Amino acid sequence: MSSPHATGDGGRNGTGIPVATATPKAKMSKRQKAKISRGIQYGILVVIAVVIAVVADWPTLIDTFGRVDIAAGMLPDVITKALKNTVVFTGLGFVLGLAIAIVLALMRLSSVGVYRWIAFVYIEFFRGLPALVVFLVMGFGLPVAFPGFILPQLVVIMIALALVSSAYMAETIRAGIQAVPKGQVEAARSLGMSSSRAMFTIVLPQAMRIILPPLTNELILLTKDSSLAYILGSSVDGRELAALGRAEIVNSANLTPFIVIALCYLIITIPLSYLSRVLEKKYGSADSGVK
Amino acid sequence: MTSSATASATATGSPLISIRNLQKSFGSNQVLTDISLDVDKGEVVCVIGPSGSGKSTMLRCINVLETPSGGSIVVDGMDMTDLDLDIDAARIRIGMVFQSFNLFGHLTVRENLTVAQTKVLGRSRSEADKVAEANLAKVGLSEKMEAKPGSLSGGQQQRVAIARALSMDPDVMLFDEPTSALDPETVGDVLQVMRNLAEAGMTMVVVTHEMEFARQVADRVVFMDGGVVVEEGPARDVIGNPREQRTKDFLSRVLHPGQLG
Repeated sequence: MSSPHATGDGGRNGTGIPVATATPKAKMSKRQKAKISRGIQYGILVVIAVVIAVVADWPTLIDTFGRVDIAAGMLPDVITKALKNTVVFTGLGFVLGLAIAIVLALMRLSSVGVYRWIAFVYIEFFRGLPALVVFLVMGFGLPVAFPGFILPQLVVIMIALALVSSAYMAETIRAGIQAVPKGQVEAARSLGMSSSRAMFTIVLPQAMRIILPPLTNELILLTKDSSLAYILGSSVDGRELAALGRAEIVNSANLTPFIVIALCYLIITIPLSYLSRVLEKKYGSADSGVK
Repeated sequence: MTSSATASATATGSPLISIRNLQKSFGSNQVLTDISLDVDKGEVVCVIGPSGSGKSTMLRCINVLETPSGGSIVVDGMDMTDLDLDIDAARIRIGMVFQSFNLFGHLTVRENLTVAQTKVLGRSRSEADKVAEANLAKVGLSEKMEAKPGSLSGGQQQRVAIARALSMDPDVMLFDEPTSALDPETVGDVLQVMRNLAEAGMTMVVVTHEMEFARQVADRVVFMDGGVVVEEGPARDVIGNPREQRTKDFLSRVLHPGQLG
């Protein structure tokens, strides 16, 4: 909505040609409109804040979600055990997932059709499955299907998380490899490097810079997915954040533990998203000297 | 075949590069129809011609970056089209310089010059460094040893790329339009490096649009059009006094671009 340009300043000042000033809106300048629009937006915010403050039952809210004594009672185990377990599960799952993903990405780019197909099917399959289903199958399906074949809980969680993450990461890595200009491989080959040496010394290091930011994002998603480990059940020492949170909620008959574990997840994920932004800034726009 | 004349120029031994009846198609698109060309040791051959004439494809067939569809290419006795040939070992002896430089962006200039020496030739780090320093000095960029390619100008990157290829001690150097992607003011430095290389006796095949360079430096000029060698001979003949009408038309277009018709 702008004032008609044809009339020039005369139209904007409302003093000019009658045709252009037929509607009262045309009398307002763009700056005035923007000011009013901002005013309305602030107004909405204030109204919402006031309504919440008045309507909310603060004592009940604090009593339900903000009991400091319950929060304090969760320390130090929530940090030393649950947070640590979440980090360990996520880290192991990520490392295994990354290894699988690199293999899958190379398979997707292989000149052997069968490899391309296997990787394609794997990726489409696991990308389409909810993480919960993968955990259920790994935790409860496999022990039934293969009686006596019982893996340690940590390994089950690690494999489940790796399966969930590897499909996504494989596609990210494949895109990163393909983003490295073809001339890099040609230069490497013309210097006598074999195709695999060119891949590992020239292409993959450069692809890594491209895919580091999205991989960090995947690590954040995986941190959250690790909460699904709670459905497998565990010993007291084997609980990660979500499992501990649930147990504490039952114990205390209060929802404060939710807030505590939410904060614990943020302790992990906020630095990661900061890292992702830093990496993106560092590598995203950098002129790598590659054409 | 026009090249039979040059083959006879090789009084002693066989030519370093011998291309016979080379054909190359991309799908149904035949880019090289029938190319035969010999290059002697120490000779500088410039390949000129309109874009799309197959010059670059011909050059890329020599070190099999493109797989020939037919014909044969022999480089220093190695049959490049032989599937049993160790192509990686063969390529070590054929240096290549690209239009778009293709320096390794994640490595410093030093690493660009040493990575293949250590990993492919198995040279020690100190030995590779010594070779790298000597070659970087040759292209006049000794002070850029620790720079990243991204911080260099196009002309500097291309000189580093030449030094990188030289560091493998190749028998022949292929140049694929080495100055076409450069700012005009940096072209001269790159051509000077190539001129020095030619004077030092390097065997060179240069696909180029620089007629002046071809006139001054080339022992022989090859004019290609439509996937065939139309005319070849000493620069003063092919560029100075072309026989074929197609060559004349091309030269009048590139030498006097302002004139129409």
